Amino acid sequence: MKLAFYWAASCGGCEISVLDIDEKILEVTKSADIVFWPVAMDIKYKDVQNMPDKYIDVCFFNGAIRTEENEEMAKLLRQKSRILIAYGACSHLGGIPGLANVANREEVFEKAYLKNVSTLNPKGVTPKTHVKVKEGELDLPEFYDTVKTLAQTVDVDYYVPGCPPQVELTINALESIAKGELPPKGSVLAPLKSVCDECPLNPTKKDKIQIPEIHRIYEIIPDPNKCFIEQGIICMGPATRGGCNARCINAGMPCTGCGGPCPNSPEQGAAMMSALASLLGIEEEKEKYTEADVEKLIAQIKDPLGTFYMYALPSSILKRKVMKK
Amino acid sequence: MREVIINPITRLEGHGKITIFLDEMGNVENAYLQIPELRGFERFCVGRKAEDMPQITSRICGVCPVAHHYAGTKALDAAFNVEPPSAAKKLRQLMYCAYIIYDHTLHFYYLGGPDFIVGPEAPPEKRNILGVIEKAGLEIGKEVIRNRAYGQKITEIIGGKATHPVCGLPGGISKSLNEEERQEIEKMATSCVEFAKLSLKLFHDIVLENEKYVEMIKSNAYTLRTYYMGLVDENNKVNFYDGKVRVADPNGNEFLKFEPRNYLDHIAERVEEWTYVKAPYLKKVGWKGFVDGTDSGAYRVGPLGRLNAADGMATPLAQKEYELMYKTLGRPVHSTLAFHWARLIELLYASERAVELCKDPEITSTKVRNLPGKPGEGVGIVEAARGTLIHHYVLDEDALIKNVNLIVATTNNYPSICMSIRDAAKGLIHGNNVNQGLLNKVEMAFRAYDPCFACASHFAIGQMPFTLEIYNHEKKLLKTVQR
Repeated sequence: MKLAFYWAASCGGCEISVLDIDEKILEVTKSADIVFWPVAMDIKYKDVQNMPDKYIDVCFFNGAIRTEENEEMAKLLRQKSRILIAYGACSHLGGIPGLANVANREEVFEKAYLKNVSTLNPKGVTPKTHVKVKEGELDLPEFYDTVKTLAQTVDVDYYVPGCPPQVELTINALESIAKGELPPKGSVLAPLKSVCDECPLNPTKKDKIQIPEIHRIYEIIPDPNKCFIEQGIICMGPATRGGCNARCINAGMPCTGCGGPCPNSPEQGAAMMSALASLLGIEEEKEKYTEADVEKLIAQIKDPLGTFYMYALPSSILKRKVMKK
Repeated sequence: MREVIINPITRLEGHGKITIFLDEMGNVENAYLQIPELRGFERFCVGRKAEDMPQITSRICGVCPVAHHYAGTKALDAAFNVEPPSAAKKLRQLMYCAYIIYDHTLHFYYLGGPDFIVGPEAPPEKRNILGVIEKAGLEIGKEVIRNRAYGQKITEIIGGKATHPVCGLPGGISKSLNEEERQEIEKMATSCVEFAKLSLKLFHDIVLENEKYVEMIKSNAYTLRTYYMGLVDENNKVNFYDGKVRVADPNGNEFLKFEPRNYLDHIAERVEEWTYVKAPYLKKVGWKGFVDGTDSGAYRVGPLGRLNAADGMATPLAQKEYELMYKTLGRPVHSTLAFHWARLIELLYASERAVELCKDPEITSTKVRNLPGKPGEGVGIVEAARGTLIHHYVLDEDALIKNVNLIVATTNNYPSICMSIRDAAKGLIHGNNVNQGLLNKVEMAFRAYDPCFACASHFAIGQMPFTLEIYNHEKKLLKTVQR
């Protein structure tokens, strides 16, 4: 079996997570060759181009599509791979760099190079894709206006969620591939349950929760043995796919949603808002609440976009902010 | 004019490209290191909840997430005007030491170290962690893997996740440490001290005992006379997590010492058209282009920057080694390759300090949070493995982010890395003579900085692949060298 690993617009954390399984990866890939892994092997783009189509059996692709070059590599690897896996939140959903869809290139450049407190730039210089310097010419790849997921760029076969993916999920994916026991195309290779289903604080959660007000985690010291939502703290657990063993909650912090949506509610942010409405009893007891009550409660949720779509803005129905011309 | 392009293929994918221009005589006229990467954090963090910043900004780098996590957390402490309980500060520092252990180990054994341990002239396929194990022995290889994993494990115990931890909050951290966990960490940290000593012994035996290597360390091609920057404690000793920023001039004298909140009085950044990364410099000295010396505002950060900017190390074994380095190389040390030695001294310090913190009875205190005050403005500075890291946030009355400024570790070194690459190339290319050895030596010049735009190559099992292409003035490809 021939494996490939590749990264686009990402932080390198996914690569670390692949390396964190190193002993097991050797077991799993005893009968497999890694034919392309730019961070680890001396293989050039040109060599990939020269591979016959579908030469790579499985390609793990991490990172979002941010530049022209990311897009070209996604297309090339799709062509050369039998199975293409979107690995990690950026490739799967757009990830945290996907929050840049609240802006466009012009605004990003303005913030980084022009209106920046430590930057002295009286001439208003910004980087260019083609520049003539004294000695010759230099090129930079184009920075796109919008961040895209891998699936918005090419056809994707499977997804491994998480930021970064939990080691067990990666091992399971490799094992399923080795045994040829893969689920239907388009599946997310993670348990079907939500983070709540894995959460140690869940048993204490009542069917109906009374939340007089919403708190932010920095404002109160939460009871470590009580569900965050019950304490009025937004936790993305109900709307987020598990497989992580609720690792953030075990460290005393609410879930921020890196696992992406649950299988039956693909719109993670909307699912969370509806879960909240239901937990707050708004849905069932509509008559009790005036519209003003609901608005008041919702107004307590600051930065709904960053809260409900921290990892999933590009893959959501919102996709990006509409820029005023 | 001839153009030599060195494409580390991993960086071509979005992180770096070196182009060397030759003059008509075939000597180096200039060299450019371009960073074709930008993700726009400073823009999209605006409007986010302040308390999310330590987790959002950790995604700037998956290799050094802990540094961003705590620069962000400290910026929030300042912005909310809250002092964490003493135990929380100690836990943050303990986790920080663990991060340094993991990161410095990774760099020394997987990336930078192989150049020395296996040798700069060794064939590329040997210059990697496997080559290190072959040369230094399987036992050392096992120790490398074990102690690197300890660094990650300690971070996970305190931070929840090793990559992209979650524990930082303004005024403290989210979870205290229990006795069982403390004992586990103490065992791991104690092992790391022995491992750091072993690593230094290896460096002494293989590098310092070899005259050829020492000559190379001291050679002009690897020397830059710059300013140096790093955080220091109240005794002017190196500190990763807290303190004042101290700057030493190229003669080794204290040039500046300032509180993190005043960084804008001392640091400015410049934009170049040919790269996405900005070029910082000392305001007081000014930008003089990509040149070194007392008149140029370029400064260096990272292990060597910190050691040169400080008066010593705060733990006994690391202090002894610190003194030895300056006795051997003089003070300040301007050799870029001495970054490796400095890195190992810091590995020892971080390990010793981790043991001290574990033994502190307060470390298991359950008082790990103070509630914050009103939101305002704050600056957080820590020393990432690669150098001084600055986070600056302005919050609105709802504690949402109004403005963000970030100066990351490698950015501080960017002007110097460009110079080091150019100078190494100048020293090694003469009359169009470009060979395999050159590729590695130019690579060694920037690898010493452990640059974060090459962060992927940190954990590379193999070598960072290089392609070098020579064009004549008509842009016709004359020769391609690969290794």
